[in-house]
Amino acid sequence: MAATIGRLALAAVALNQDEYRGILGALGRAPNELELGMLGALWSEHCSYKTSKSLLRQLPTEGPYVLQGPGENAGAVDIGDGLAVVFKIESHNHPSAIEPYQGAATGVGGILRDVFAMGARPIAILNALRFGPLEGGRNRHLFQGVVAGIGGYGNCFGCPTVGGEVYFDSGYDDNPIVNAMCVGLVAHQRLRHAKADRTGDVVLLVGADTGRDGIHGATFASVEMDERSASRRPAVQVGNPFLEKLLCEACLQLNELDGVTAIQDLGAAGLTSAASELAHRGGRGIDIDVDRVSRRELGMSAYEVMLSESQERMLVVVRPEAETAARQIFDHFELHADRVGNITSTGRIRIRDAGAVAADLPLKTLVDGVPLRSPAAAFGDKPPSPVLPSIEEPEAVLLDLIARPNLRSRRPIYRTYDHQVQDNTVIGPGFDAALLRVPGTHKALALTTDGNPWYVALDPYEGTKAAVAEAARNITCTGARPIAVTNCLNFGNPERPWVFGQLQESVRGLADACRAFDLPVVSGNVSLYNETSERNIPPTPVIGMVGLLDDLSARCPAGFQEDGDLVFLLGETHEELAGSEYLRMLGARVEGRPPMVSLEMERRLQAGLLDSIGRGVLRCAHDVAEGGLLIALAESALFGGRGLRCPSIVGHVSREAFYFGESQGRVIVSVAPRRVPELQKLMAHHHVPLYAIGVVGGEDFQVGSDIRVPLDTLRAAWETPF
Amino acid sequence: MRTGIVVFPGTWSDRDCAHAVGEILGEPVRYVDHRERDLHDLDLVILPGGFSYGDYLRCGALARFTPVMEAVSDFANRGGLVLGICNGFQILQEARLLPGALLRNSSCEFRCEWVHLRVEQSDSAFTLDSRPGQVLRIPISHGEGNFFADAHTLESLERDGRVVFRYCAPDGRVTAAANPNGSLRNIAGISNPRGNVVGMMPHPERACEVLLGGDDGLAVFRSAVHALARVPV
Repeated sequence: MAATIGRLALAAVALNQDEYRGILGALGRAPNELELGMLGALWSEHCSYKTSKSLLRQLPTEGPYVLQGPGENAGAVDIGDGLAVVFKIESHNHPSAIEPYQGAATGVGGILRDVFAMGARPIAILNALRFGPLEGGRNRHLFQGVVAGIGGYGNCFGCPTVGGEVYFDSGYDDNPIVNAMCVGLVAHQRLRHAKADRTGDVVLLVGADTGRDGIHGATFASVEMDERSASRRPAVQVGNPFLEKLLCEACLQLNELDGVTAIQDLGAAGLTSAASELAHRGGRGIDIDVDRVSRRELGMSAYEVMLSESQERMLVVVRPEAETAARQIFDHFELHADRVGNITSTGRIRIRDAGAVAADLPLKTLVDGVPLRSPAAAFGDKPPSPVLPSIEEPEAVLLDLIARPNLRSRRPIYRTYDHQVQDNTVIGPGFDAALLRVPGTHKALALTTDGNPWYVALDPYEGTKAAVAEAARNITCTGARPIAVTNCLNFGNPERPWVFGQLQESVRGLADACRAFDLPVVSGNVSLYNETSERNIPPTPVIGMVGLLDDLSARCPAGFQEDGDLVFLLGETHEELAGSEYLRMLGARVEGRPPMVSLEMERRLQAGLLDSIGRGVLRCAHDVAEGGLLIALAESALFGGRGLRCPSIVGHVSREAFYFGESQGRVIVSVAPRRVPELQKLMAHHHVPLYAIGVVGGEDFQVGSDIRVPLDTLRAAWETPF
Repeated sequence: MRTGIVVFPGTWSDRDCAHAVGEILGEPVRYVDHRERDLHDLDLVILPGGFSYGDYLRCGALARFTPVMEAVSDFANRGGLVLGICNGFQILQEARLLPGALLRNSSCEFRCEWVHLRVEQSDSAFTLDSRPGQVLRIPISHGEGNFFADAHTLESLERDGRVVFRYCAPDGRVTAAANPNGSLRNIAGISNPRGNVVGMMPHPERACEVLLGGDDGLAVFRSAVHALARVPV
């Protein structure tokens, strides 16, 4: 048995010597080249979560309505009427940094497959994007390519892109964050699990032919491979949304068929990962004959076939007697299906190539055997808050602030996405949360993605709590009740102690906040090693959240609705400016203590908000987020096309903090004058502070003697193009 | 109104059209596979939006060769009502049932947004319920909707009253600012000489419920019902 192996051979599959020794121990022999490649792929950070797994165990994943938690293609939650919502968020950061259009497009493609593999029809796509400032380097190229790729894929596939968020910060120079979330609907009895638990079942590989594209990144980066064949191998896969649509319709029809055991998407680590996970979940084994895999080019090795990440492929496991019926469905959609193997009772994956066994590995070792890593963690000091400059001209500040790339209208982006197809979009992109009708019911789903990277950079624990709280607040503002969470943790290189410290604190914040709101985390993804030239991205946890509105007619808009309505601020404002867009505009360093989240206060606020929306007391509700109170008020004015008159408003904090601070747990609402007593009573009941702001109406946005700006001027600033 | 909704492999507005005509208007609807050749049971054929064959080539360039398009041509020539929406409009042009071409949007971007349409003539089967000059609010969702035709074709379209819809401001004025894609003369929809075949870029099936932002699109489908009641085909 070879006790040692060359450093380069291990680097080629991104494993270390300890891990290699683990393999020798488990196999009792040295793995051959194909086996090592398969182990490297499944033991990679991306597939195995070896660095984050022990942290992720803190997350609450169960609840009375959870039908499927983490560990499947996507999570699923019961929404009543015999229906389940299926959803997940995933990153495609690295491919998007190399080839933004295809990187983002295939990110959308991958997450769509995760959802329809569960038997659900995709009904919505969301995203979370981060780029460096558009003036710098390749950032504009990356931004335009990513936005075009998201639209290109989703628009052609026919699933609406209904929401998302985008922020710009120099921390993301040349290292963009591209997270895509997909939401689907399925009847309970049609919810499918990717679990091959019947020996003798037939394994079909359906969809695109297998090519040399996207051979696993870790393997691809090997010196030898580069010298030999880099020119033949595009580093990023190319998407075909048209083929994906055929695959989706076929899988949804297949899902109605008796005798279909499992459907599994081919994503990272391609056939290796899909085949092993399917069989391992079912407690079975699997035989794959690579000769049976249709290929795009001649001369592909078993290694290349097993590790190809060609897009738009699915593994379908059926009873032998159901194969003909399954093939009829594929034929109808003119899809190609290869019978590539069988489910066995061996607990092993066996790969045959040209009649001989080319690999033979125990699934337990391959799927679950990776030793978990627990790198050292370091925690940064929290410097004191910066000295605050005072505002001299609030009106000029407001107009400059609302024109900033992080705050201006996102319409130039989302109008390039089809956000209406399928005829369910009640509230589209651009507001607190999207609201989609659940066809055939009076219900609606509220959907959002959130994550302010600056708060997390200042304090990963508080910042991640804030991301969960804000997502829940955004959902609540529509009148919907948050029901479950998916998350994408985008961090730098975890081998650097401060990065691992960020991850550790962030997951703790995520766990605490989700517990406080009683929200199960049903799916998610971790993207580490977002490091370019030793520069790590700001820690970027992204929260995807789904809410349920039982009665669509009780929904609440974000814009002012009627002249004469009274506007109130709910929640408490503190002297908090650190991490704010206002300070960044003034060129201040991002330092100090970010806005703190009182989970108790936040719960009361959201309960009060839901109560008052449910009773029809509110005319509008809008979250106070980046940019602070005046930006939130300006947005509600612009959404509704109505001005606002405020008398001089001051809190018990500085004018700067009151106008532009980003204290959490705050919402602005408008209410008809005759219903004000009800609102006061409800807020008193929920112990939520209420602060009178002003009156809706007029052509101007007016705040005391500080600001009086025509709505058109405000709109022109807000609509500054990218 | 027995309505057939043609489904190419990459069509995605089929279910939205079925929802509008079947569930909201309550008319009988069936899907028509792209391999079908028999449309005799139908009064109205809708070619819905989508990316018929991925449209990596020219939009609709492959779809025109399908068996169903032969049948649609016969159906149209017999006077059957045909409505092409978005990709369906592109296919009708490729199939030479309507003139002109739809180029890449002048912005070079896909655009999904609500626009205003001025009804230019109420003689077509799909504008019978509207009066000339009426403004409808209906969304667009396309990357290639920039209507183009040579000067001669354009003149004959105008002369024969075959321009059905034009992009306009909310007050009905036809302005450059109201043109979302660079279409010549703000043209959003046209008809064949007989008025039984109409192609339009905007999506009326997305504008059939106030809940989703407006119901002006119902006029398009209701007109077809009335056209059938008035002139038996």
